[in-house]
Amino acid sequence: MSDLATRISDWDARYAGWARTQNVFDRIFRVGTGFFAVLVLVILGGVIVALIDGALPALRHFGWTFVTSESWNPVTENFGARAPIYGTLVTSLIAMLIGIPISFGIAIFITELCPPWLKRPVGVAIELLAGIPSIIYGIWGLFVFAPYLQSTLQPLLIDTLGEIPGIGKLFAGPPLGIGILTAGLILGIMVLPFITSIMRDVFETVPPMLKESAYGIGCTTWEVVWNVVLPYTRIGVVGGIMLGLGRALGETMAVTFVIGNAYKIQGSLLAPGTTISAALANEFTEAVGDLYLSSLIALGFILFVITLIVLALAKFMLIRLERRTGT
Amino acid sequence: MDLYARRRVVNTVILSLSFVATAIGLFWLAAILGTLITHGVGAMTPDLFTQMTPPPGSRGGLLNAIYGSVVMTAIATAVGAPVGVLAGTFLAEYARNSRFAEIVRFINDILLSAPSIIVGLFIYEVMVLRQGHFSAWAGAMALAIIVVPVVLRTTENMLSLVPGGLREAAAALGTPQWRVITEISYRAALQGLVTGVMLAVARVSGETAPLLFTALNNQFWNTNLDGPMANLPVVIFQFSMSPYADWQTLAWGGALLITVVVLVLNIAARVIASWSTVKQ
Repeated sequence: MSDLATRISDWDARYAGWARTQNVFDRIFRVGTGFFAVLVLVILGGVIVALIDGALPALRHFGWTFVTSESWNPVTENFGARAPIYGTLVTSLIAMLIGIPISFGIAIFITELCPPWLKRPVGVAIELLAGIPSIIYGIWGLFVFAPYLQSTLQPLLIDTLGEIPGIGKLFAGPPLGIGILTAGLILGIMVLPFITSIMRDVFETVPPMLKESAYGIGCTTWEVVWNVVLPYTRIGVVGGIMLGLGRALGETMAVTFVIGNAYKIQGSLLAPGTTISAALANEFTEAVGDLYLSSLIALGFILFVITLIVLALAKFMLIRLERRTGT
Repeated sequence: MDLYARRRVVNTVILSLSFVATAIGLFWLAAILGTLITHGVGAMTPDLFTQMTPPPGSRGGLLNAIYGSVVMTAIATAVGAPVGVLAGTFLAEYARNSRFAEIVRFINDILLSAPSIIVGLFIYEVMVLRQGHFSAWAGAMALAIIVVPVVLRTTENMLSLVPGGLREAAAALGTPQWRVITEISYRAALQGLVTGVMLAVARVSGETAPLLFTALNNQFWNTNLDGPMANLPVVIFQFSMSPYADWQTLAWGGALLITVVVLVLNIAARVIASWSTVKQ
């Protein structure tokens, strides 16, 4: 009898020991994984601090004129960000004008028209567009797309829209192939997969009951999309567009190849220009002098702030939609 | 035309346009791949994989660049993937509906879409400036920062899909939580985790911008991680912007190589995800 009692207490002690070790492991695992989760916050914080730290000398030296001045002269060390900011915004705007309607069309096709067996292949093919590295878009843009535009679309634009007073200024000048318009068009292709995939996902969240009710009272497919699907998913669609915009603003390599690198704001969209990211890619390793380097980092800081705001807005909208649909 | 006919016409026109939009999207994919193949196949010789990057006007290959890309991608994945998996584990297993998880998720999604050139600037500030020289380590760290958010996001998604019942069954048998996670959750979500890592590798193997001022470039064979190292994307950038025809041919060869690798990884990741035991 006493033999059994000792065995039980012996076993109890061993179990307690095991439980204690497991507890320690549990705590290590919890703290360890938590540490890496915190690390993500630290990275973003670190990026912001490093950029501000690097940009300060230039921002102190130039003050607000850094944002408003158009001059960019490494020799006299006089730097202003107006031309790159202008280029970044205009190329992204063109990208959105091209990308949004096409993405919307593709999303409608995939969710409403496509036979089920074709859904996956088409969806994957569009997603693969997002997989292609941006440098590939760049080299393709420089050697194939830009010469093609130079010989076809650009002369056409100059002869038609260029003749109209007012907006004609936007399409003035020789067809160079490279320039702001070309960069914008390539960005438009690059943001397609991002906007499409969000639109597709949010369109899929519309309850079938709503759509079927609309079909039931005799709506056409387009009327269902316009009057039921789109109002229901409005926030998500805008969120997806903002996400695409965030991508377009920060895209570097594809733009660097075809933008032409001119620090000048010309009225024409056919003229070469520059963007913040292209300026960084082209000049950063060649920059001599602290002020020059700091000005480039200040450019990067401005880009980061712009994309941060756009992406944060995009996320807020998508989160709001998610809460409402309860997924 | 009566109202009914007009509505039908509007409907047909717009749906045809959506069909055209899809055709346009697919056309770009075909156009880019077609160009890459026609320009790049000519450069796909054994030389490409056995010779160093040449000076202009002489024959050569991309061996040092391929080596550099593989090494930096490998280091970036080895550093970034565990960080992403563990952080994703915390969010999905320990902090699921907490405020903290929401914040981390939000910041992570911003990092996921933030311009990659900014990551390059960050690493330049914290590593290259401090050490006083460009290095493969700096390049690898810049890529690692890009790996983390991709892996974190897929890990968290995949672990959230593991049914709670599995965890509860294990816990009811007296299994400590860390073993529930490592032996139940990880095992159930394994395909998903692998998919995330593969997508991250695909993403960084084509990244150029963060390497421009971290790893820089190197014309010669270099295995020293403390010095500048050649890598495919930057070599493609430099060679294609040059006026030399033989450099441009090599750039096309490199471009085709990277694209094939990236697309194969992307497709393989999707195939593996479709084997997954937990379905979305």
